[in-house]
Amino acid sequence: MNPPPSALHPDFMALSPLILLSGSAIVVMLAAAFCRHPRPVMMLTLAGLVLSFASLFLPQGIGSRQITALLILDTYALFFIGLIFAATFVVAVLCYRYFGGSESRHEALYILLLLAALGGGILVASSHFASFLLGLELLSISLFALIAYPRFTERPLEAGIKYLILAGFSSGLLLFGMALVYAQLGTMQFAKIGTMLAAPHQALELYGLAGLALIVSGVAFKLALVPFHMWTPDIYEGAPAPITAFIATVSKGAMLALLLRYFLMAGAHQSQPITFALSLVAVTTILVGNLLALLQDNVKRILAYSSIAQLGYLLVGFLAFGAMAAEAVAYYLAAYFVTMLGAFGVVAVLSRGVPEQDSGSLADYAGLFWHRPWLAGVFTAMLLSLAGIPLTMGFIGKFYVLAAAISASLWLPVIVLVVGSAISLYYYLRIIAAMFSSDSNADHGKEISPPVPASLAESITLAALTGLLIGLGIYPALLVPSLETMAVQVAGLAEHSTLAYVSWNGK
Amino acid sequence: MILSALIFILVAGGMLAWMANRWYPGSAKWVALATVGIELVLTIWLWLQFASAMALPAHGGWFAETRAEWIPRFGVSFHLAMDETSLILVMLTAFLGMVSVACSWTEIQERAGFFYFNLLWTLAGAIGVFLALDLFLFFFFWELMLVPMYFLIAIWGHENRRYASIKFFIFAEGSGLFMLVAILALVFVHYRSTGVLTFDYFELLNTAMSPSTGLWIMLGFFIAFAVKTPIVPLHVWLPDAHTEAPTAGSVILAGVLLKTGAYGLLRFVVPLFPDAALQFAPVAIALGATGVLYGAFLAFAQTDLKRLVAYTSVSHLGFVVLGIFAWNPWSLGGAVMQMIAHGISTGALFVIAGILQDRTHTRDMRRFEGLWSVMPRLAAMGLFFAIATLGLPGMGNFVGEFLILMGLYRVNSVLASVAAVAFVASVVYALALVQKTFHGENKHDWQLPDLSGREMATLYSMAAITLWLGLYPQPVLDAAPDIASRPPAIAVADREGNAE
Repeated sequence: MNPPPSALHPDFMALSPLILLSGSAIVVMLAAAFCRHPRPVMMLTLAGLVLSFASLFLPQGIGSRQITALLILDTYALFFIGLIFAATFVVAVLCYRYFGGSESRHEALYILLLLAALGGGILVASSHFASFLLGLELLSISLFALIAYPRFTERPLEAGIKYLILAGFSSGLLLFGMALVYAQLGTMQFAKIGTMLAAPHQALELYGLAGLALIVSGVAFKLALVPFHMWTPDIYEGAPAPITAFIATVSKGAMLALLLRYFLMAGAHQSQPITFALSLVAVTTILVGNLLALLQDNVKRILAYSSIAQLGYLLVGFLAFGAMAAEAVAYYLAAYFVTMLGAFGVVAVLSRGVPEQDSGSLADYAGLFWHRPWLAGVFTAMLLSLAGIPLTMGFIGKFYVLAAAISASLWLPVIVLVVGSAISLYYYLRIIAAMFSSDSNADHGKEISPPVPASLAESITLAALTGLLIGLGIYPALLVPSLETMAVQVAGLAEHSTLAYVSWNGK
Repeated sequence: MILSALIFILVAGGMLAWMANRWYPGSAKWVALATVGIELVLTIWLWLQFASAMALPAHGGWFAETRAEWIPRFGVSFHLAMDETSLILVMLTAFLGMVSVACSWTEIQERAGFFYFNLLWTLAGAIGVFLALDLFLFFFFWELMLVPMYFLIAIWGHENRRYASIKFFIFAEGSGLFMLVAILALVFVHYRSTGVLTFDYFELLNTAMSPSTGLWIMLGFFIAFAVKTPIVPLHVWLPDAHTEAPTAGSVILAGVLLKTGAYGLLRFVVPLFPDAALQFAPVAIALGATGVLYGAFLAFAQTDLKRLVAYTSVSHLGFVVLGIFAWNPWSLGGAVMQMIAHGISTGALFVIAGILQDRTHTRDMRRFEGLWSVMPRLAAMGLFFAIATLGLPGMGNFVGEFLILMGLYRVNSVLASVAAVAFVASVVYALALVQKTFHGENKHDWQLPDLSGREMATLYSMAAITLWLGLYPQPVLDAAPDIASRPPAIAVADREGNAE
C-alpha cells in the first residue's frame, strides 16, 4: 500500500488540468497587462482552456486519486471539469463579439472567466469543506464581477450587486453549516464524515443535522431551488447574455456535482429529514419554476424560470442516490449544459452587446425563422431539448432522470416531473410559435436596425452545440459507457469511503 | 432492412424536399410525391410478398424483423417488426400520405419545402410507431411525429391555428410522458423479477406483476393512447386540431395519428397487461360507448364542416375502442376494419372540406347550400363518403361497425345496444351534412369550378378502396390480431361468463 517514492509526480499529473488553468489565468493576466488588445487575450484564453482540457486525459490512466485531504480527482471530477472547461470555452467565444470585439477593452473579462472556471473545477474535485468553500468563493467572486462587467449600465450593475449580497449570504449559511457539522464530528473531510456516520448507532445529532440543513440551503441558493430562487430571473435578465449562460451552466452544474458527491461520500442521504426536505424542494421547484415561467414575456426570464425547473428535474434524479443517480445527473447536466449554452448563445448572437438591448422580448423573435432560419433552427432545437422531445439530448436526459427516479420508486417526484414538463411545453412553444409566426415581421421590420450578423466563431460554436445535441440525442451510447463507469466509481467510493480514506491516510 | 428503409425513405425524402425547394422553387411537391409513391409501392410489394408467405404455415405472425443494438446500457434496441396489423396500417399511412400530398398540391404555396418536410417526417414517425417493437423506440417515434405535426398546424393552419396547435401538442406530449413513466415502471418491474434490463416487447410480454401494479402501469399507457385515439373525456384537443389544420394535416391527423392510439391499445395495452385490461375493460367499453354517442350528437350540432367531420371521428374511434376491449375475433376484426375504413372515408371528407374551403374560403355550412348544381362531381363524392360514414352496407365502415357490435354483444349486450343507437345518430349527421351543403337552392350564387383531374383521381381512388373494403373485407379481417395463436389472449369464455 505504500506509495512509490516519486509519489509527487502522479499527483501533479492528476492535478494538471487545474494547475494548467491557473497558469493560463496568470498568463492571460500578464498578457492583458502588457497588450491591451482583446483578440490575442481571447486567443490565449481559448488556448489555455484547450490545453487544460487536453490535460484531462493525462490522469485517466492513474484512476481515482486523492490529493491531500482537499481534492479528489476521480473520473467523476474529471468529467465535470471537462464539462466546465468546455462550457467556459463556449462562453469565451460568445463574449468576444458581444462585448464589442476588437473595438472594446474587455480583456479583464477573460481572466475572470478563467478564474471562475477554476473555481468550478475545484468545487467538483473537492472532498473537504475547505476546498469546497475555496472553490465556491473563487467562483462567486469572479461571477459578480462578470455580471457587473458592463459597469456603466444600470441593469448589470444592479444584478451584480444582487448577486453579491445573495452569494455572500449563502456563503455565510454554508460556513455556519460546516462549522456545526464540524462541531459534532470534528472533521471536515467528506469521506471521514461518511465513515463516522456509517458506524453503528451513529447519526447526525441536532447540531450536525442543523449544519447539514444549512449547507443544503446554502447550496440551494446557488442552484436557485425554490424557496431560494428569487434572485434568478432578475440576474439572468440583467447580466450580459453570455455571462447568464455561464451562471446557468457552470455555476449551477459545479454546485450540483459537488452536492451529489457530498451526499454520496458523507452519507448525507441516510438522513431521512434531509432527503424528505430535498424531495419537497424538488417538487416545489418544478411546479414553481414552470408555473412562473408561464407568466413571463421576456425570453431571458422564461429561460431563467425554465432553468429553475430543470434543476428541479435534476434533483429528482439526484434523489435516487447511488450509481444510477450519478449517471443520470451527469448525463442530464451534460444535456443541460449544451442546451443552455445553445439557447443563451442564440440570445447573445441576436443581441447588440449592451445588456439593456439584449434581445429579450418575445417580439424580437417574431418571424425569426423566416429571416434567419439557421439561428431560429438552433434555438428551436434547444427549446425542444429543454422540453425533452426526442432527437435531442434533453429527451435522453429526461429519460435517464425518470429511469433513476423510478428505479428508486420515487413516485411523487416522478408524477410532478411529468406534470411540470407538460406545463413547460406551453412556454417553450410560445417562443417557438413566435419564431415561426409569419404575420408580425412586417410591422417590426422597420424599428429593428439591420440584424447583427453572427461571427464565424459564433456560428461554428452554435453549429457544434446543435450537432452535439442531436448526435448524442440520437446515439447516446457514445457517452453512456463512460458515464456508467464513472458513476460506479463514485458510488462505489461512497460505499468504500472507509477504504479510500484509509489508503490515503496510511501513507 | 426493408423495415428501416420504410422509415428512412421518408426521412430522407423530407430533407430532400426541403433542400430541393431552396434550389428549384416548386420542386418540393414532386420530391414528396415521388417519396410517398416509392413508399406505397414498397408496402404493396410487401403485402404481395406477405400474401404469398401466408400460404406457408407456422410463420408466427411476424413477417419481417430488424434488430440492432442502440443503447445497450438500458437494453434498448432498434427493433422493428411487421405483422399483418402493422402492415395494413403502414399501407394506410402510405396511401394517405399520397392523398395528402395530392391535396396540398395547389393549397400550399408558401414555404412549400418546409411543409413537405414536416409532412413526410410526420408520416415517418407514424410508420415508426406502427413498426417499433422496442418500447423505447416506440416512445421515441410516438413523440417524434408530434413535432412536425405541430408545425403543420401552427404554420399552415387556419385562423385559430396557434391555439389549436399548442393544445394539440400539450395534450399529446403530456400524455406521452405518462406513458414514458409507465414504460419505465414496467421495465423496472421486469428487471426486478428477472434481472434483465430490456425494453423489448417480446421479453416484456408476460411480465409478472401484482394486479394493482399492473393496473397503474396499464393506466399510464391507456392515458396516452386515450388522448390520441381519442377516448371521450380526453378528446378535447381533437376538434380544434382537426379544424385548424391544413387539409393534408387533417387527413393525416384523422387517418393516421388517431390510428396510432388505437394501435397502441391493440398492440400494447391488452397484450402487455391482459389481467389489468380485463379488469379495466368495462370502464373502457363504457367510455367507448359514450364516445360513440357523444361524438355523433356533437357532430350533428356543428355548423363548421371540418368540425363536424372531426366529431364523427370521435364517434368512429369510439367503435374501435369498443372493438378492442371486447377482445374477441369478431370485434377485433371489426376494429381493424373500422380503423382502415375510417381512415379512408374521413380522409376523403377532409379532402372535400379542403376543396370547398379552397374555393369558397369558408367552412361554414350555413353559407353553402345548393352546391350540387354547381359542382356535381364534388357533391356526388360528398354524398358517397357521407353515406360511407353513416355505415351503409357495402362500404367498409359498415363491416367494421357491424362486426364490432356483434363482438360486443357477446360481452355486454346492454352497451352494445346503446352503441347501436349511434347508427341512427350517424344517419342524422351524415344526411344533415349532405343536405346543408349540397342540396337546396344555390341562394348564395356560388360559381365554382368542379373537381380537377387530380382531385378526381384522389377521391375516386378513395371511393374505390371504400367499396372494396365493404365488398371484400376478408384481407383486412385477416390482419386483425389472431387471438387464438397469441399467448396473451383474454379468455373469451371467461368474459362471456362475466357478462351474463
